[in-house]
Amino acid sequence: MLKNRGIAFKLIFFFTLSSGLIFLLIFSFNYRFSRRMIEKNVEDNARNLVLSKVNRIETVLLSVKKVPENMACFLENSSYHKEGLLLLLRTVVEKNPEIYGAAIAFEPYGFNKKSLYFAPYFFKSDGSVEFADLSKESYQYSHMDWYQIPKELNRPDWSEPYYDEGGGNILMATYSVPFYKKVGGKKQFMGIVTADINLGSLQEVVSSIKVLQTGYGFLISKNGTIVTHPMKELIMNETLFGVAEARGDARLREIGRKMIRGESGFIPFRAIVSNKECWMYYTPIPSNGWSLAVLFPQDEFTADIVRLNRIVIILGIVGVSLLSIAVAFIARSITNPLREMARVTKTIATGNLDIELPVVKSGDEVGKLSTAFQYMKESLKEYIQQLTETTASKERIESELKIAHDIQMSILPKIFPPFPKRQEFDIYAVIEPAREVGGDFYDFFFTDDEHFCFVIGDVSGKGIPASLFMAVTKTLIKATALKGILPGEILTEVNRELSQGNDSCMFATIFCGILNTETGEVFYANGGHNLPFIFRRDKEVAVLEGKSGLVVGAMEDVAYETDQFTFQTGDALYMYTDGVTEAMNEQGELFSEQRLKKQIIELQGKSFQEIIEGIMKGTVSFSHGVPQSDDITLMTIQFRGRGQ
Amino acid sequence: MIRVIFLCLFLLGPSLANAEGPALKKASFIPQWSPQAQFAGYYVAYEKGIYKKNGIDLTILQGGPNRPSSQCLINGGADFATLWLSTAIRMHASGQDIINIGQMIQRSALMLVAKKSSNIKTPQDINGKKVSLWGEDFQIQPKAFFRRYNLKVKIIPQSFSVNLFLRGGVDVASAMWYNEYHTIMNSGLNPDELTPFFFHEHGLNFPEDGIYTLEKTFKKDPALVCAFVKSSIEGWLYAFSHPEEALDIVLKYISQAKIPANRTHQKWMLDRMKDLISPTDYRSSIGMLQPLDYQRVDYELKENDLVKRTPNYYSFFIRCDKDAEK
Repeated sequence: MLKNRGIAFKLIFFFTLSSGLIFLLIFSFNYRFSRRMIEKNVEDNARNLVLSKVNRIETVLLSVKKVPENMACFLENSSYHKEGLLLLLRTVVEKNPEIYGAAIAFEPYGFNKKSLYFAPYFFKSDGSVEFADLSKESYQYSHMDWYQIPKELNRPDWSEPYYDEGGGNILMATYSVPFYKKVGGKKQFMGIVTADINLGSLQEVVSSIKVLQTGYGFLISKNGTIVTHPMKELIMNETLFGVAEARGDARLREIGRKMIRGESGFIPFRAIVSNKECWMYYTPIPSNGWSLAVLFPQDEFTADIVRLNRIVIILGIVGVSLLSIAVAFIARSITNPLREMARVTKTIATGNLDIELPVVKSGDEVGKLSTAFQYMKESLKEYIQQLTETTASKERIESELKIAHDIQMSILPKIFPPFPKRQEFDIYAVIEPAREVGGDFYDFFFTDDEHFCFVIGDVSGKGIPASLFMAVTKTLIKATALKGILPGEILTEVNRELSQGNDSCMFATIFCGILNTETGEVFYANGGHNLPFIFRRDKEVAVLEGKSGLVVGAMEDVAYETDQFTFQTGDALYMYTDGVTEAMNEQGELFSEQRLKKQIIELQGKSFQEIIEGIMKGTVSFSHGVPQSDDITLMTIQFRGRGQ
Repeated sequence: MIRVIFLCLFLLGPSLANAEGPALKKASFIPQWSPQAQFAGYYVAYEKGIYKKNGIDLTILQGGPNRPSSQCLINGGADFATLWLSTAIRMHASGQDIINIGQMIQRSALMLVAKKSSNIKTPQDINGKKVSLWGEDFQIQPKAFFRRYNLKVKIIPQSFSVNLFLRGGVDVASAMWYNEYHTIMNSGLNPDELTPFFFHEHGLNFPEDGIYTLEKTFKKDPALVCAFVKSSIEGWLYAFSHPEEALDIVLKYISQAKIPANRTHQKWMLDRMKDLISPTDYRSSIGMLQPLDYQRVDYELKENDLVKRTPNYYSFFIRCDKDAEK
């Protein structure tokens, strides 16, 4: 699908895709990194903020704690009486601004054997210090948390926050310190000294925490009771676990458990007020185990980075778009000439080489390609022109050669049997030129009534020169033979004629024989030709014996000798040119004289025409697939005698 | 005491002014504690006009630790009151002519609870531990429980909070299933960190809240008494089928009483009330005091030497629920 798209599309697609991906990668890394950095900063800020607030609260709590601790120490180590205790208590409440009220509560019958309870209490009310007696039976202070818990735990303890029972809307907490008496070396529990603190100031410390727009702090007690919170209705009415239950938020419950266990942490948290995702830092107040938490709304502290990222994203999109446009521009500068060239090439392919190629001025690869196309187009044009001319001249030559072939063939006797009235002998010949015209030739004619001359020859070389030389040679032989002279003399005379002014150094091999049709006597001469096979009636095939003279036309003044033999009735002479024996097969083997001889023997009994054509077929099938390299000529003559 | 009566009268005031027509009979009711979902049925019946529908012009008085419902009932400050069965039997035994006209809570909500971290998993593990108990009536079942399992424990008085338990001052604390148990959970302890001991699971089921009136009130106008019981049961059924509406009503009463209101806590309480009020078996019905339950409480009271002679079941329990369900 994509592979069939254009280069411009691919370039834009891949450039935009890859640069977009790179941008996204860098962006997300940058975003995560900067976010983590901010979160780290927020965590540090949160910790510092919370710890500074915790320290302020702790300072107040510590100053309050000291008072009952000192009083307990006094009660354990000094003797006292009722009035002294009342004065001490009143002074403590008066002199300590942090302390709202203080009490000394004795174990039942602990202060006075006669009275069950003794528990004086001084507290601030409208600027003055009031006295209250807690020893009313209905109050049963010995069953109260502030009394029971430190008693049972044998250690001082901060109470849970509570609203002052006087009806004033004052949120308080009580620090209770147990005091003891040594009885017989054993510590005996004597009672509890308490100091009440007005939590109003602590609430202010926490509610003054404002983080960004909606961040806030809240304080929970050891039971998870919400002591301060921007949502007033939660204060003292709900524990964090109640809120978790109402919201079905198991995670909030788990966070609450960590907080009341006195752990510290920096955790993601969904704000109860705004329901916003926040980071929350919480840490315990060391004195009473309450936990202070501050919420940092994520969207607010990441607002800057979100804005920055938005700008970066816009810049990125604009950048990638600009890049795409630039890529599109470059791609078009490449593909437009290419497209034009493709169109022109199609036209060129149809043969129109005159069409103008698009002009590309640039020197880049496209420009070079365009120049190469221009060069190619011109070369093609020139080449095709030359080819046209060459083809025309070749055609002309071929047609001339065809005519030459016809002429050459027409000068050879072609009608068989040539002399139907002469029964004394039979003659048959075929010629197969390797090209249109060849150098082989044969001829036969009567020099007088009794003498029949036959010639086979092969001119050196092939083609037109050979054919012309052959025509001259053949004509010369016939003209010379008609003088009635012997074959040796004929060849001698022909040699003389041919060698004179033979600048091209051409020559011919010629076998020439004259048969006396009455007697069967044959005079023959050989000018460098293959000696023919003679087939005797006793079925033997042999090479005709005789002297082999020089090739004809090569040297002047060569004398050729005449040999003689006599045909018995039925004997035949098989003449051939070297095109037969030197026919080659694919393995590079020659047809050879042995194969020719074998063929002659195998084909006996058939008519002359069938024998000659059989030999021709034999050579053709032998050299199957290999182009004929030389002219092939076969001629045979059989003597039948007068009596036949 | 004078203050109690004064408060009763004061609260009666506005309803007097609103009274309409002679058809409605005036009556007053006081629950045994401050407004909370433990009494949702009565508040709902009032707010939904069920008492009016049944011919009662009712005034609900505010109960609480300073205003015991038993006192209000005896001194005539209220015509009807809710009381624990054990409290009521003891009152009757001491000569008060109060009768049970509807046993609402059928199962004990009182329980003991321990932290698993104190290695308390079975009743035997409580042996030798510090246990905090509320006063008098709240000690009958725990003490029977300790006898049953032969446990020796150190009893510490328990106040209204569970902080002593949460801080580790005691190993085992008393709790009402519908109240303190949830408070403990909402102070950050998970149920799987707690070992609860439900008395009804240990053969010590004590029916708790029941509706009581003076015998003479009943004799004077049995129809009014039974109309009150019938309306109250109807109120409870309405509250169970409309819990959110019931919670809204309860929370309104809580905030009027200037008591910290906590909806999730009240919801837990209402859900538990549904469990506790629903009949425990096919023989029972809402408001029915099972003779067996009565005998068990009676027996344990005698065992604890809290009563000598106890009232006859049939003279103590007037079965109005039969009429009310029709």
